[in-house]
Amino acid sequence: MSIDTETARRVAKLARIKVEDADLPALASEFNAMLGFIEQLNEVDVEGVEPMTSVTPMRLKRREDGVTDGGMQDKVLSNAPDAREGFFAVPKVVE
Amino acid sequence: MLDHLSYSEPKAKVISGAREDWELVIGMEVHAQVASKSKLFSGASTKFGSEPNSNVAFVDAAMPGMLPVINEFCVEQAVRTGLGLKAEINLFSAFDRKNYFYPDLPQGYQISQLYHPIVGEGEVIVDMGPGVARRVRIERIHLEQDAGKSIHDMDPHMSFVDLNRTGVALMEIVSRPDIRGPEEAAAYVTKLRQILRYLGTCDGNMQNGNLRADVNVSICRPGDYEKYRETGDFGHLGTRCEIKNMNSMRFIQQAIDYEARRQIALVEDGKQVVQETRLYDPDKGETRSMRSKEEAHDYRYFPDPDLLPLEIEQDWVDGIAATLPELPDQKKARFVTEFGLTEYDADVLTAEAESAAFFEEVAQGRDGKMAANWVINELFGRLKKEDHAITESPVSAAQLGGIVDLIAKGDISGKIAKDLFEIVYTEGGDPAKIVEDRGMKQVTDTGAIEAAVDEVIAANPAQVEKAKANPKLAGWFVGQVMKATGGKANPKAVNEIVSAKLGL
Repeated sequence: MSIDTETARRVAKLARIKVEDADLPALASEFNAMLGFIEQLNEVDVEGVEPMTSVTPMRLKRREDGVTDGGMQDKVLSNAPDAREGFFAVPKVVE
Repeated sequence: MLDHLSYSEPKAKVISGAREDWELVIGMEVHAQVASKSKLFSGASTKFGSEPNSNVAFVDAAMPGMLPVINEFCVEQAVRTGLGLKAEINLFSAFDRKNYFYPDLPQGYQISQLYHPIVGEGEVIVDMGPGVARRVRIERIHLEQDAGKSIHDMDPHMSFVDLNRTGVALMEIVSRPDIRGPEEAAAYVTKLRQILRYLGTCDGNMQNGNLRADVNVSICRPGDYEKYRETGDFGHLGTRCEIKNMNSMRFIQQAIDYEARRQIALVEDGKQVVQETRLYDPDKGETRSMRSKEEAHDYRYFPDPDLLPLEIEQDWVDGIAATLPELPDQKKARFVTEFGLTEYDADVLTAEAESAAFFEEVAQGRDGKMAANWVINELFGRLKKEDHAITESPVSAAQLGGIVDLIAKGDISGKIAKDLFEIVYTEGGDPAKIVEDRGMKQVTDTGAIEAAVDEVIAANPAQVEKAKANPKLAGWFVGQVMKATGGKANPKAVNEIVSAKLGL
């Protein structure tokens, strides 16, 4: 798989990262280098090997159903660029 | 124990286009909010209608460095729901990130289960009337996070965002495209809601958005759907459109009907249906394209590195299975076989678990049909008039049972029983005592009835002559006697005595 500048532009847009047109070819080539490495890994035969999901033999940690958090509207909103009447205020997004 | 009464499948809905007939093919994704106290991955409350952004933990606000910890109760409810839909439970499941940017989801991704859902294939039997039902196959159920709420009408230039709902646990219940008409789609959601409420895993409150449906609609020529079922090849079906986020049975039906006709018009015009996400506008009664969704459709799913796979044990699943209640289909079948009810009555009585329990208490040791009749016609009728739920009934099952007993013993007539019901409903009290205290007991003593009949005959010689010429007029005497006895005389006895005395 090869990444061209158009794909690089699209990936940047989906990630909401601003990339100048002039920088797209370099970005695309970096993507290609990474994918090349992954392709190399693909050469390893892993037939019948279970995927490793953790380096420590741990079970997914669970918690009981109880209200132990929240009730801090002021803290939650304190980093917001704009907040009004208890809401985050953002530029209008209407479907 | 009977799992379900026997049924046959209904015909698919056919819509006639300008040129030919078309059938509908519908699949649904229902989002059911888990009835938990706290969120799927944080300890913030799920309470509806709280102050904006007050039920938000730093995990929900996606503050840097915060990690999700799963709510075990939510996992249990998903398993419980799966068992209730006779579905296979996956002891191994895992969480994936679905990436998209929207202000009501600060993480920039929704934690969901794309590759390894917790519940696999199951079924819902959708009742379409006595003896008619559609078996809808369930493809999967997965656990995922809900998004927050945006409010667009508080300011002309800004949208206001409340993250209280962000991170609340949802069960997404995905059906196969087995639903064949708008009515079936609504009935499917109704049945699913009923099962969820029986299980107690979701409260089913559609108004608050706790149960919402995405509907996939396509059209096909008669016969094509059967080919799809035989081969499993979707190529036999038309291109589908997805109508997002509906929380009303009526709108679901209207949207499907509109969407099917839109697609038929396109195809008959030689145009193509484009696969896309659409939104139903109830004011205009039409669906329209959500173009913004298309761009974002590249969700770039990948396994969530913050969460280990969710591994559960068969013993734990068996423990949940052991606590499942009797489900609507089984209960209905039992009411029909055990109490001799019609399927229709059994359907009404089992709509809510509370109604069914109330009926069973009334029917215990009494005539089932008579109990059903009183619960449905008198009690439900009266409750509905005042917009009360069965749990708010001023008449208890024991009181209603008492009334039924008095009728069965012949102490009161059906007509007096209705008066008695009204007294118990408005004033309360023990029915037997009320009948005793207020002298409402039916007069079966023929001597007393004979005396009353004699009196009426003696007072109305002209009527007697007329009745002898025209026996139909005997009814007038029966009415007079009933009136004279305050409705307490046994009507059957009165009839017989009047006929005898008049020599008819």
